[in-house]
Amino acid sequence: MFDYSFQWRPALRALPDMLAGAWVTFETAALSMIFGVLIALVLTVMRQAPNRLLRGVGNGWVSIARNTPSLFQIYILYFGLGSLGLHVSSWLALLAGITFNNAGYLAENFRGGLKAVPGTQMRAARSLGMSAFQAYRMIIVPQLLRIVFYPLTNQMVWAVLMTSLGVVVGLNNDLTGVTQEYNVKTFRTFEYFALAALLYYLIAKLIVGLARLLSWRLFRY
Amino acid sequence: MIEIENVHKSFGDLEVVKGVSLTVDKGEVVSIIGGSGSGKSTLLMCINGLEPIQKGSIRVDGIEVHDRATDLNRLRQKIGIVFQQWNAFPHLTVLENVMLAPRKVLGKSKQDAEALAVKQLEHVGLGDKLKAFPGKLSGGQQQRMAIARALAMSPDYMLFDEATSALDPQLVGEVLDTMRMLAEDGMTMVLVTHEIRFARDVSDRVAFFCNGRVHEIGPPDQVIGNPVQPETAAFLKSVK
Repeated sequence: MFDYSFQWRPALRALPDMLAGAWVTFETAALSMIFGVLIALVLTVMRQAPNRLLRGVGNGWVSIARNTPSLFQIYILYFGLGSLGLHVSSWLALLAGITFNNAGYLAENFRGGLKAVPGTQMRAARSLGMSAFQAYRMIIVPQLLRIVFYPLTNQMVWAVLMTSLGVVVGLNNDLTGVTQEYNVKTFRTFEYFALAALLYYLIAKLIVGLARLLSWRLFRY
Repeated sequence: MIEIENVHKSFGDLEVVKGVSLTVDKGEVVSIIGGSGSGKSTLLMCINGLEPIQKGSIRVDGIEVHDRATDLNRLRQKIGIVFQQWNAFPHLTVLENVMLAPRKVLGKSKQDAEALAVKQLEHVGLGDKLKAFPGKLSGGQQQRMAIARALAMSPDYMLFDEATSALDPQLVGEVLDTMRMLAEDGMTMVLVTHEIRFARDVSDRVAFFCNGRVHEIGPPDQVIGNPVQPETAAFLKSVK
């Protein structure tokens, strides 16, 4: 009843190529997290702003990013911009799409985190003569990042896994792209994808591990 | 000199400060007493522009606090404030709490800021807690740290917003002693306080607030020892 015979050797021969793909995946996920966090911080502050336009843009971003499939976001960035004459590479469309998505989700996390930092912290900072920007940067954001750290790592894992969507806009040098190319050549689907899944698992672990290392300052107290 | 002239302050429809005028001279210690909701803390927040006002004017050394053209960040460098909830920055050590503003706001070097912070912290008796995080300190220690943090900016004025109200009774003394020391050093101070005896000891003048107005003001022996207004007498009786 089960006459599939596993052949791991071709999969292992593909390993160097897949590792190169894994590096692209790692890079894409890491960049999308770094930009995502920075943009999310800006969005979080914008959504608090007295200015209606700033609030509107912030809320609009979060709303669209969270309520549409990330697959479509990447598609639209690639084909949509392309039809407007703005040609972006598959990789850039993927990075922009995930970053857009990440920033939206993170901004919503950060909003909750911001509420948990007492408003009196801002008052105390301003009373010492700090500008609003200094107060956010040195007093509010470090406390906020600690509060949202675990949801943040969740989003990091999600970002790693989302990079696999690059294949829909023709990305062929990331882990999924490489895996797919071997798959169509050999039809050893199970072996290649099992190996790729293992690599995704390791990348996600690595990214969260790195974040833990970088965040030691957040957890000093 | 702090000149407060006919200041009105509302939160929505609720008017909290209803036309207060008060002048605090250089080197003077003025205490504000009164029931909760009488507008005393709110007035304090207006003095350094943490709260906007609806009418009137507040001038500090001749500078209009609530003028749009005023650089509030700059003005606040010379007005220290200590809050009821002490507001330590929990993610920074005691030393970093005190060093931060001198470094980032006044632009002092790391060495200068550190030396300054250590001096202030030793002054308030926290020389052995430099590396501790605020979460490990008692309320009284955190409040003394907050005083050192404000003093590290070398302010010309210090405002105290019920600095001892949130402390356990046995910790009140150490904070009051620190404040007394400052008053004796000639610091210009405005204290909102419920410590009537302390107010009587250290103040040059005491103002009794009632319903958002200065109901009675004068030397402590008069306002606290022998009040003219029946409301002042009733308030003093209620807190004793």
